[in-house]
Amino acid sequence: MERRAFLQGTAAAGALLAAPAIAQSSTEISFYYPVAVGGPITKLIDTYAGEFEKDNPSIKVKPIYAGTYQETIVKALTAHKSGNPPTTSVLLSTDMFTLIDEEAVTPIDDFIKTDDDKAWLKSFFPAFMLNSQTSGKTWGVPFQRSTIVLYWNKELFKQAGLDPDVPPATWAEQVTFAQKLTKLDQSKGASQWGIQVPSSGFPYWLFQGFATQAGTVLMNEEGNRTFYDRAEVVEALTYWVDLSRKHKVHPTGIVEWGTTPKDFFEKQAAMIWTTTGNLTNVRNNAKFPFGVAMLPAGKRRGSPTGGGNFYISRKAPAAQQEAAFKFMRWMTSPERAAQWCVDTGYVAVRPDAFDTPALKKYVTDFPAAAVARDQLQYAVAELSTHENQRVTKALNDGLQAALTGTKSPEQAMKESQAEAERILTRYR
Amino acid sequence: MRTEAPATPLVLVARSIRPSSTTVHAWLLLLPAMTLLALFTHWPALATFIDSFFSTPRPKRGATFVGLENYRQIIDDPIFWQALTNNLLFAIGTIPVSIGLALLMAVWVNDRIAGRTLVRMAYFTPTVLPMIAVANIWLFFYTPQYGLLAQLLSAFGGASYNWLGSKDTALLCVTIVAVWKEAGFFMIFYLAALQQIAPSLGEAAVLEGASRWYFFRRVQFPLLMPTTLFVLVNAVINAFRTVDHIIVMTRGGPDNATSLLLFRIYELGFAFWDTSAAAALTMVLLTGLGAIALAQYIFLERRIHYR
Repeated sequence: MERRAFLQGTAAAGALLAAPAIAQSSTEISFYYPVAVGGPITKLIDTYAGEFEKDNPSIKVKPIYAGTYQETIVKALTAHKSGNPPTTSVLLSTDMFTLIDEEAVTPIDDFIKTDDDKAWLKSFFPAFMLNSQTSGKTWGVPFQRSTIVLYWNKELFKQAGLDPDVPPATWAEQVTFAQKLTKLDQSKGASQWGIQVPSSGFPYWLFQGFATQAGTVLMNEEGNRTFYDRAEVVEALTYWVDLSRKHKVHPTGIVEWGTTPKDFFEKQAAMIWTTTGNLTNVRNNAKFPFGVAMLPAGKRRGSPTGGGNFYISRKAPAAQQEAAFKFMRWMTSPERAAQWCVDTGYVAVRPDAFDTPALKKYVTDFPAAAVARDQLQYAVAELSTHENQRVTKALNDGLQAALTGTKSPEQAMKESQAEAERILTRYR
Repeated sequence: MRTEAPATPLVLVARSIRPSSTTVHAWLLLLPAMTLLALFTHWPALATFIDSFFSTPRPKRGATFVGLENYRQIIDDPIFWQALTNNLLFAIGTIPVSIGLALLMAVWVNDRIAGRTLVRMAYFTPTVLPMIAVANIWLFFYTPQYGLLAQLLSAFGGASYNWLGSKDTALLCVTIVAVWKEAGFFMIFYLAALQQIAPSLGEAAVLEGASRWYFFRRVQFPLLMPTTLFVLVNAVINAFRTVDHIIVMTRGGPDNATSLLLFRIYELGFAFWDTSAAAALTMVLLTGLGAIALAQYIFLERRIHYR
């Protein structure tokens, strides 16, 4: 009897202790995120999570650094398959179809209830929503997004007799400027290249700049058809290949993505194409005045967007999903988006972020930061399809074959298209 | 005969009732390692083998038995054949060179030369470094125009070359990195083996007037054969399992010129999420490696002199 009474007493005490916690309904959410640019990103994320918890005492956020984008999706999808996925993750916007096909994510629309929610969903730059929506539903929320821009060395422009404040605006200008900026030495090859567009790892992304400017898209909105062998695509690739083979103003072979900013700092390349995410890096390391410009126009201007979106796991409990939704709303508020832009160099994902005092001051001090924003009106969806990485690799292989001179642009694109077609037929 | 007959069953009975405490001890001692091996090596290998006969499970349709379909697809995949060719070239490039270098370095630092410890350490350093770090260092060496190699070449009037960005040289470049990384590690084994050779043999050779080369060829090298077999088995396995530097330096590019089998498995499994294809390719690689290891033991064992 005594013993039973004791046990009951403990249980009651336990219930009493637990009661306040239940009243507060504390929810813990796990949050996987990658790091793809330089800077103290993990520290920033931890700080943001801490501030969010202060504003929302009933929610605990557990941020987990998960490596590169590729490593993060591997971890998130493996966890999903084992039945215990992170509540929310930042993954590539282009992996949307893959995540839908794996039934790993839940549409954001399910959480949009009030008018305030609706207004929030409409507040993003339309260009960033292109890779976040399909078949009438929103699957991802833009967070760390970028585009491609052209960086140019003003000092080398002056030496070459060019106006240091005027970047090339068209494909033709890009070639003539690059010709003036290239220093060729008969015996040693070039000591300074006019222009450099990286092509290692994910050449499709930079190529999409050329293709958009040539006036075509690479895939349909449903993500089940590609157009790699269109005449405009071949024309775009021919232009890129000709920069090195015909005009000899661009390094031959595959240009490493990682060392391209360094080539720029070392004055080995007078103009480079790379992500806006490198803005802070270039600003800190270029020992000369430099400019940032929109990519030159072919038939039109154009650049793909890039970067990562927030996703909500489909298998997570409803309470956690709601908490995760609150967290991503908080993370994409104008103030936070502005802060994230200043801290990292990513483009703030919504126009009204640029009206905040913090970002206004940043843009006044450093006008280059606004170029990416201004280019967004010409931006297109990044290449994204079902079985995305496989279909993208078909294009990457073709591009690299053409750039290394093993195949002609026509032949390379024809083969890439055939491979993509083989993979995508079953999704129609 | 008849009187002796019952003796055998008795012994057997006694054994089966009370196993000697030594056997129990042995099994207990083996148990932790066995559990780990079974859990993390044997079971996954078996599961992979089974998975390779099923289609990749998707949310809408689960895994179904497809027989040899996954294997047929591997045969039809041109990138598989390219990766296989690349891997064979990579193996041919790394194995003999790294073993030869290791042997040379070991014989060299085994002698009483000035600064012997320092040289030994220098040779061993690449082994201590993580492959990721090594790959990043070499990435700089190979960088066109201002990389170490380009600077050396230009000092002698040569032209800058895009080593990793060309299909002709990329595979050779990653092969050299692997040799650089591995030779020092194998050297340690040779060095240890050389120290085990009795000095009296060397003294006898000197008295007999044998040349240095003759002594190496007829005494040292044969005595090193057990080590050579061990190193060879490791070198072969490494040639098929080292991919860290591929991921850092080329990601299999340009146009699959540096795609190796394990890299292709990773790509199929974790980039394309085609886990069945990855399982089938894993079985191909496992079978190949198993066959090579077996052949090495069977054929080389006979020619090895164990003391």
